[in-house]
Amino acid sequence: MTTVTETAEGTDNPYALSHLDALESEAVHIFREVAGEFERPVILFSGGKDSIVMLHLALKAFAPAPVPFGLLHVDTGHNFPEVLAYRDRTVAQHNLRLHVARVQDYIDDGRLRERPDGTRNPLQTVPLLDAIGEGRYDAVFGGGRRDEEKARAKERVFSLRDEFGAWDPRRQRPELWQLYNGRHAPGEHVRVFPLSNWTELDVWQYIAREGIELPQIYYAHEREVFSRNGMWLTAGEWGGPKPDEPVELRQVRYRTVGDMSCTGAVDSDAVTIEQVIAEIATSRLTERGATRADDKLSEAAMEDRKREGYF
Amino acid sequence: MSTTTEELAATSLLRFATAGSVDDGKSTLVGRLLHDSKSVLADQLEAVEHASRRRGQQAPDLALLTDGLRAEREQGITIDVAYRYFATPRRRFILADTPGHVQYTRNMVTGASTAELTIVLVDARNGVVEQTRRHAAVAALLRVPHVVLAVNKMDLVEYAEPVFAKIAEEFTAYAAALGVPEVTAIPISALNGDNVVTPSAHMDWYGGPTILEHLETVPVGTDPTGAPARFPVQYVIRPQTAEHPDYRGYAGQISSGVLRVGDQVTVLPSGATSTITGIDALGEPVDVAWAPQSVTVLLADDLDISRGDLIAPTATAPAVTQDITATACHLHERPLRVGERVLLKHGTRTVKAIVKGLPYRINLTAGLAHEAEPGELSANDIGAVVLRTAQPLPLDAYADSRLTGSFLLIDPADGTTLTAGMVGEAFAAEAEADSTVDDDGWDF
Repeated sequence: MTTVTETAEGTDNPYALSHLDALESEAVHIFREVAGEFERPVILFSGGKDSIVMLHLALKAFAPAPVPFGLLHVDTGHNFPEVLAYRDRTVAQHNLRLHVARVQDYIDDGRLRERPDGTRNPLQTVPLLDAIGEGRYDAVFGGGRRDEEKARAKERVFSLRDEFGAWDPRRQRPELWQLYNGRHAPGEHVRVFPLSNWTELDVWQYIAREGIELPQIYYAHEREVFSRNGMWLTAGEWGGPKPDEPVELRQVRYRTVGDMSCTGAVDSDAVTIEQVIAEIATSRLTERGATRADDKLSEAAMEDRKREGYF
Repeated sequence: MSTTTEELAATSLLRFATAGSVDDGKSTLVGRLLHDSKSVLADQLEAVEHASRRRGQQAPDLALLTDGLRAEREQGITIDVAYRYFATPRRRFILADTPGHVQYTRNMVTGASTAELTIVLVDARNGVVEQTRRHAAVAALLRVPHVVLAVNKMDLVEYAEPVFAKIAEEFTAYAAALGVPEVTAIPISALNGDNVVTPSAHMDWYGGPTILEHLETVPVGTDPTGAPARFPVQYVIRPQTAEHPDYRGYAGQISSGVLRVGDQVTVLPSGATSTITGIDALGEPVDVAWAPQSVTVLLADDLDISRGDLIAPTATAPAVTQDITATACHLHERPLRVGERVLLKHGTRTVKAIVKGLPYRINLTAGLAHEAEPGELSANDIGAVVLRTAQPLPLDAYADSRLTGSFLLIDPADGTTLTAGMVGEAFAAEAEADSTVDDDGWDF
């Protein structure tokens, strides 16, 4: 393996920690702080790589005891079948509790309406907040990383949300040293981001080092896709392609996994994790820029969604 | 591909902070570091170019790379700490980018609290100004190990060595008086890229490193053998399963020092003693572990240990106390007053506390003048605070341990973080000169 180096090169310090060890230690510390201070934490688990890494860290943080939290998945109804299968396999393997909040239920009974562009990503906010309220969850782990997006760069590790789930950047608490303040009023909750300081490359290197299994769609495979807004979207039941959008068979992989309607695949022949890491290291686009249509809506698209209670 | 392989081998991590006044060009420097180290990807650059054009600017304004929130873009200011990530073939970096307005001392303090290095930016035309002294004081107060003075806009003073030398000398003397152990002064032009990533062609007289070279080579992390071990217990792991019926492990992150199997340890505040029989490093049994590793510690004796306790070697265990004298940075709009009842969070323990006194407030700019008995600390004030806690706490002086010597004051009514506290005197030079420190019982 040339992709993972355990000790810092050129240092004689036997106590040096590699950057992955430092990031892992920090994330484990965050999981344990939440376990020690909150009544009802839950991990947001989508079957995407960031949530898979979160779960892996939680398993390590509490071993040999089981993870003292359940999982929550907001299912847009347009999820990749491979990812749902992975989710269910993982839940069974580790004997976890999984709660699924379904956007489809909200559309069926009229509480939410389908958007004209067919994307269901923004529709996740209401089912998410309802599920947090119904589950009386006081701490909600998310896989968000500060390197993903400009608004996220200003997010705290412990992010206080009011009773409407809203994020107010001016009401954020200063976070000093490793002292996280999770106090909140009844009805409020705290979003917790253990991967705040990880980059996309860190996540992939950690997956390689730990030998973590991922849904196959993260690796190059042949898929029927069509082009929309400069991205390869999967042809499927969710509403694509339109008549003027020709479908073609291409070798692609996904850099992020979300709602099929707004998550784009990239051309790739990376079939192993080493090839994926090499590809990311030389990519000229950020992962959200390459694959997320919803962030292209405006300069402040993520900030606005976060204010409303989005992940 | 060679970059890729090298980048993947880069394994040490440096956390650093930047501080500068509004017009010193800090955002340009950060943008330049990210851009010239090729950490800005095409779509981000495209967004900046687009936004710059919309604002009628000719060239892409690299400052826009770091302005995250709509309010900031609309007002053209930075209101909060933003974290940036970049890597070079030699190292990974986490940058806490903090705004430099007077009213945002709290953000500088926040950014500096986790930083191993801070870059203080000055405008070569203006030299050391009040803001610069404030930034130096914050770095000294938070005990940031390495300070870089970046003398920016050298292009506007004809890249003249005497201008740089005078500023560097004045700043270094000021910082040394505050107890800053090391200052590295670098002449730069963030706008033109001189000495940021690539050496300047305009300053032959300067033989030192560029900003990035210095960031890549400055030693990171302190030698854990130099400090006594401190292990705040976060959580007790008791599987109570058929496979592990009797497992009882204490989970935490080592704050300082080294723990070894066989060490005699004391649990504080109870004072009970035992021996370490095992250390689990996230599933792997090890004989030795050190800061900042997250581990699980197993002890020989079945003691009553829970979250909030501190495990330390018996020989070097800290004293416990209910009376704390500390340096405080007040963070919240609501002032901190004498007599106020608060919560104090230290390590993994939160206890009730009363503000017994506020002996003085420090003016960070006017020669560090001390204003006696200010009665209250307002937002962004720095001063001394005397506290009495409901339970004894095992405290270290902040000068000895940034993690077990620091605490937060929290409003018990709504959970607001009010104040950041550092046990002991504000500045290293002062602490050394003041022999009464040891008599107060909190300097170990």
